[in-house]
Amino acid sequence: MSVANALLEEPRLDTFPRLLLHHARVRGERPATREKDLGIWQTWTWSQQAEEVRALACGLAELGFKRGDHLAIIGDNRPRLYWAMAAAQALGGVPVPLYQDAVAAEMAFVLQDAEIRFAIVEDQEQVDKMLEVMGQCPALSHILYDDTRGLRHYIQTELQSLDEVMEMGRIHDRERPEFLDGEIARGEPGDISVMLYTSGTTGRPKGVCQTHFSFITAAKSGCEFDHLGPQDSILSYLPMAWVGDHLFSYAQATVAGFTINCPESGDTVITDLREIGPTYYFAPPRVFENLLTTVMIRMEDASAVKRGMFEYFMAVARRCGAEILDGKPGVSAIDRLLYGLGNILIYGPLRNVLGMSRIRVAYTAGAAIGPDLFRFYRSIGINLKQLYGSTETCAAVCLQPDGEIKFDSVGKPAPGVEVKIAGNGEVLVRGQMLLREYYKLPADTAEAIDSEGYFHTGDAGFFDEDGHLKIIDRAKDVGKTESGALFAPNYIENKLKFFSFIKEAVAFGQGRPMVCAFINIDMGAVGNWAERRNISYSGYTDLAQKPEVYELIRGCIEKANAELAEDPVLSGSQVHRFLILHKELDPDDDELTRTRKVRRGFVAEKYAVLIAALYSGKASQFIETQVKFEDGRSGMVSAELLIMDARIFPAQKKAA
Amino acid sequence: MDKRIGEVILSFQNISLSFGGVKALTSIGFDVREHEIRAIIGPNGAGKSSMLNVINGVYHPQEGEIVFRGKTRRNMNTYESAKSGIARTFQNIALFKGMSVLDNIMTGRNLKMRSNFLLDAIYWGPAQREEIAHRKKVEEVIDFLEIQHIRKTPVGRLPYGLQKRVELGRALAAEPSILLLDEPMAGMNVEEKQDMCRFILDVNDQLGTTIVLIEHDMGVVMDISDRVVVLDYGKKIADGTPDEVRANQDVIDAYLGVAH
Repeated sequence: MSVANALLEEPRLDTFPRLLLHHARVRGERPATREKDLGIWQTWTWSQQAEEVRALACGLAELGFKRGDHLAIIGDNRPRLYWAMAAAQALGGVPVPLYQDAVAAEMAFVLQDAEIRFAIVEDQEQVDKMLEVMGQCPALSHILYDDTRGLRHYIQTELQSLDEVMEMGRIHDRERPEFLDGEIARGEPGDISVMLYTSGTTGRPKGVCQTHFSFITAAKSGCEFDHLGPQDSILSYLPMAWVGDHLFSYAQATVAGFTINCPESGDTVITDLREIGPTYYFAPPRVFENLLTTVMIRMEDASAVKRGMFEYFMAVARRCGAEILDGKPGVSAIDRLLYGLGNILIYGPLRNVLGMSRIRVAYTAGAAIGPDLFRFYRSIGINLKQLYGSTETCAAVCLQPDGEIKFDSVGKPAPGVEVKIAGNGEVLVRGQMLLREYYKLPADTAEAIDSEGYFHTGDAGFFDEDGHLKIIDRAKDVGKTESGALFAPNYIENKLKFFSFIKEAVAFGQGRPMVCAFINIDMGAVGNWAERRNISYSGYTDLAQKPEVYELIRGCIEKANAELAEDPVLSGSQVHRFLILHKELDPDDDELTRTRKVRRGFVAEKYAVLIAALYSGKASQFIETQVKFEDGRSGMVSAELLIMDARIFPAQKKAA
Repeated sequence: MDKRIGEVILSFQNISLSFGGVKALTSIGFDVREHEIRAIIGPNGAGKSSMLNVINGVYHPQEGEIVFRGKTRRNMNTYESAKSGIARTFQNIALFKGMSVLDNIMTGRNLKMRSNFLLDAIYWGPAQREEIAHRKKVEEVIDFLEIQHIRKTPVGRLPYGLQKRVELGRALAAEPSILLLDEPMAGMNVEEKQDMCRFILDVNDQLGTTIVLIEHDMGVVMDISDRVVVLDYGKKIADGTPDEVRANQDVIDAYLGVAH
């Protein structure tokens, strides 16, 4: 087989195409990729996958794709789109995955910026977007599509189906079998392997250029850290343009040789998860939360016996589950016995329902995860951990080692990664997994990577006494109170938002004598709570101002204060005074961004009178605000808002 | 348009249908060409559903002639019409609520099942092969309509818009040459309507199925139909392309009312 020949002569495993050929040779019959199609899981082995990539690469070459060209890849997680990445890399080109749900105008920017000539897209939906922006992207000359449905009557000459291209490639490969091996041999580990665009929440998206070397290094260290090998499998369902998916589903899979599984469609992920039973899993906190909610709702409807059992054993799990998972000593024999019994009766079946029976390692990242949520999964025996990283660092800066799990830290620096905290609290990172550059933006690159080679993450954090990194906020949001104590608004707000009664919180304290907060209650949770206590209310504004609700929220804030007091760095950030806003913060009123992040500056300006009242010590304040309704009309909401004090706990000095 | 609209495959002449003294249809005549989307519209009680029921043989008209694939007859009958490739959906969803989506669509394969029930019972030999072939066809329909995520969900638990889609799926499973849709978009929100339109156009385009549809939503009809016939009080008042029908004074009067 010609696939293997190149490898025997050149056994360097330092680029992704070479790794692919390596797996095709040593574990050719093992599954590389699965996809559910027409209700049945289809499998491609490593050797089949290598052949598919060969056909695709040769087809692209036939169309004129050259070394250094960029290949846009747009669509859901489909095997052929992953293969397209390998194909582009085999030819010395650079795959550029785009977010598939972006609208055409957003894609136009990336297509222009990366000077895309070739795009491989999933289906008609994406083809339509490409055709829409063709006028703005004159370089775009080839649009190749995977799914032919609905495209029969398209007459544009730029369009071609992947089937045709791969058929061309197979002929090309038969005629010149040495061509592709030669191209793969020319690849260098220092070549750019992929360009991932930052989300652009803070300005225009930037193309992050990563090399084979950096991604392979990051993937290797992650695989060694968690002992991942060819026997593992993962469900690939997060956007391909996101660095996490590229690391887990492409880089680590190609390095360790494990199996990726592509779900049937975006709506079937939960079912597919259950059918595949992956051993390695990644999800943002939101997904874990939704799963838990589904379980809880179903438990409410279960019979009394089942519900009783569930509650009893969940209490056992809360008491000792996480400790048993971590292998910590000090769990009594009785608890161990009960946990064992619970494992048979409750935890095992529950893991099975969640599709997590076989999970060895699960990660979450991307947002802060609530401690209760995190403990729930760990206590039923799922090894859920957190990691920290960004597009610029191959998503591999810190990982939580097995047995050393804390819900509020992101773990220790990964092997080979140096992390240091700058004077202003910013997290700086140095290591082999750093980006080579921002595409065509030397000034930004120079700004992000300093002369010592440290990358400035823009996040603020600190190391705790065990050497775990704790991320508290975006560096530019972190400030100091008047007394000089560290003030991290996001950190406080997240802590408050973990309470189900609190939907949104806005903390103030920058340059002020103390920290105060606005609260939005969660209408569903608080409404339910009020109903059960026979507290009648007419709507949000009314409910928010009930003294009982204020007491409820005060309880939450004091709990959060108690936790903050335990932390020597953040004990100065306890919330002294708070009020509950008379209306929900809303993107329509410009108070939140479309991704539901608080626009702190705007809110502070709009409600200046409330902030003044918080700091002046008043017990209440009248406010009238204009609101926009969903149908575009606007109206006024007014209320007399109570302001309440919360208890402050003395800072605790932990014995180190 | 590069659509290949073919010959007339179904035509009606002077169809009259009455129930006792009520005249549902009076001397209706129109035709349906192969591969086209043919809409029947009209105000409430105009006789649209009656016309559809005449087409697939539920009602037998008292007068008139039907020519189907070159054969002239007084009326259709239900079994024969199903056998010859006419499938339909209903205005009020007629699915088996307790059965899964998959099983419901499988019932659409009923007429194509050949093996005897003894073999079916033990799931052996030809019965097994046949079941697998049918299941494959059903899966293609599921894929086509993008309802993979509800494959095993009992139909009764689904929202209305999805139930409509499942019903379309069952009709498609019969691999029809003519598909009759009775108000496929009634009671749907805008997004569901858009989806349904896309599926109807895809069915027509990809599978080449001739479609006869009844619809209330004028916008939808005008957008997706090739030709439209308009009924009012059991009489045909217009027939032609959407543009012609839209400009027709009788149609405007029927829809907007007319000053007497």
